[in-house]
Amino acid sequence: MSKRRPITVPLRVEPGSDLPATERAAVLEAVKDHRETQGALLQILHGIQDRLGWVPPRAVPLVAFELNLSRAEVHGVLSFYHYYRQSKPGKQVIYLCRAEACQASGAVALEAHAKRKLGVDFHGTSADGRYTLEPVYCLGNCACGPSMMIDKELHALVTPSRFDELVAKPA
Amino acid sequence: MSTIVYVPRDATALALGAEAVATAIAAEAARRKLDVRIVRTGSRGAFWLEPLVEVQTAAGRMAYGPVRASDVASLFDGGFLVGKKLPLAQGEVEAIPYLQKQQRLTMARIGVIDPQSLDDYQAHGGMAGLRAALAMAGADIVQAVTDSGLRGRGGAAFPTGIKWRTVHDTSAPQKYIVCNADEGDSGTFSDRMLMEGDPLCLVEGMTIAGLAVGATKGFIYLRCEYPHAHAALNAAIAAARMGKFLGDDIAGSGKSFDLEVRLGAGAYICGEETSLLESLEGKRGQVRFKPPLPAIKGLFGCPTVVNNVITFASVPIVLARGASFYRDFGVGRSRGTLPVQLAGNIKRGGLVEIAFGVTLRTLLEEYGGGTRSGRPIRAVQVGGPLGSYWPESKFDTPLDYEAFAQGGGMVGHGGIVVFDDTVDMAAQARYALEFCAIESCGKCTPCRIGSIRGVEVIDRMLAGDRPALQQTLLRDLCNTLTYGSLCALGGLTPLPVMSALEHFPQDFVKPRAAMSAGS
Repeated sequence: MSKRRPITVPLRVEPGSDLPATERAAVLEAVKDHRETQGALLQILHGIQDRLGWVPPRAVPLVAFELNLSRAEVHGVLSFYHYYRQSKPGKQVIYLCRAEACQASGAVALEAHAKRKLGVDFHGTSADGRYTLEPVYCLGNCACGPSMMIDKELHALVTPSRFDELVAKPA
Repeated sequence: MSTIVYVPRDATALALGAEAVATAIAAEAARRKLDVRIVRTGSRGAFWLEPLVEVQTAAGRMAYGPVRASDVASLFDGGFLVGKKLPLAQGEVEAIPYLQKQQRLTMARIGVIDPQSLDDYQAHGGMAGLRAALAMAGADIVQAVTDSGLRGRGGAAFPTGIKWRTVHDTSAPQKYIVCNADEGDSGTFSDRMLMEGDPLCLVEGMTIAGLAVGATKGFIYLRCEYPHAHAALNAAIAAARMGKFLGDDIAGSGKSFDLEVRLGAGAYICGEETSLLESLEGKRGQVRFKPPLPAIKGLFGCPTVVNNVITFASVPIVLARGASFYRDFGVGRSRGTLPVQLAGNIKRGGLVEIAFGVTLRTLLEEYGGGTRSGRPIRAVQVGGPLGSYWPESKFDTPLDYEAFAQGGGMVGHGGIVVFDDTVDMAAQARYALEFCAIESCGKCTPCRIGSIRGVEVIDRMLAGDRPALQQTLLRDLCNTLTYGSLCALGGLTPLPVMSALEHFPQDFVKPRAAMSAGS
């Protein structure tokens, strides 16, 4: 009787097993908050981004597995919405309004100033890792533009010098 | 008895420093051992005066503004707590001409009440509409809304009663009420002001809609750019539940309705109702074909009422005061009032709620006071990023859905963005196409790709590369967009583009380098 060689059975990799523990925990918490909610994918992605500051693309298989969706469906949603970030942002995110009402009040010059000051284009993060610059299309502050939001704090009448004051503030 | 001081918590007021002012007032009162109670309100909507602090006195609510935190000590010194006349004094708040001349129906309580207080809300007429509705049959509520002449305030101006009737008449085990609070149009902020300053009014309006059509569940789809409104809505919903105005057995009637806020994620297209429904279902916000209408097959395939914030918020007063009260405001087929938003380069920007029929010029000059920069107004864009750019020659158009359409524009959500004479209209036209390219959901080819080609065509035109040919191409492209798009994003982007070209052709022939060198 010849000795049989052991057979290696390929195991299915557990979804999200390559995520760092903190990210994995954040994803599972966000899923847990909304699992019973109908059509909750956007709220879950918000939950992840609120906790981590971004939605790591590696989280997609785990979210898909937990919600019984395909990875394509989750990736499709994640990539459709401008607000979700698939890369790690700087310490703070600056949302600069590009819309018409702000343009009428000097937003074009402010945009150029902000890019120069931070040394980045839109979606970029400053070299010191402090700020990520994002465009936004209206913050609802259209009578007192140019408008800008730093994380969730809104600022009105933002001139280039006011911008410098705000971003020079110690974080 | 403590003196009541009102400080707004509206996002614009906060952006102008209202939080620091409130903190300073509290600190100064404590230091002086004065009995002051600070009530946080929404904004009256006179944004050039924000932060506008009001003090309750025997002579009424006296206003001071714009107040900076550094002004607070001197306000106390000067006796603002008893309404003394000081350099920042604006007099009795309701007598400020900008506010006094308005006809506030929908936005009447904003800036007046504490938005989170159910008692305050009811003391100012709140829930009267809902109480009336609870005593009526669904069909009668729908009839009252139809009779009021109320049309969708989101921009499409579809008669609200007809939409509600369709949902009412469609039998289904589950129906939904969805509020479109994805206020993405630049130059508009009335939804935000209402949600922050009087969120219970929206709760009441949606509950009435639920009673009217037989829906027990509502969603507010809110854009994530409005964190303050999000907090205010959640607080209001919790207060309404506590007070038994939401949930099972509303006000002891045995009827039930409940609400939930869902956040969007920065997609302009989700303000389009079918995209919004897709997004609420947790999908990409791609436009659906119509038919089926959402009123028949909407959210999760169920009959759904989708209306804008201001539409729902206008319903309580219709029920409380009667359809004819509301219908008696306005002109032609545009009945009632519209909360107009004066934005952009404007001296006295803010909210003006007024009956339809007022001219654009009155709004811009009497209310707005011209530009903030002091230069002449060259163009205005009414109705958001998909609205036409109009020159001064059209300023006598009355605010009326039909009159605006006849003039090649649209009222939309009532936002008016003002530009002074330094504006480059070719750049604005180019931006309209760029915006369309960024925000297109990708379903229709003319919108997804045509918008990008449009930007290129304008760039070539401005570079002087066969401009006549480019103009022909641009017109052709806009025609394709108009007739080849499922929704208003692709369908209406030609409005700002072609109106800029039609009314300001000189901006398209001058090389832009020369223009900016000249200015």
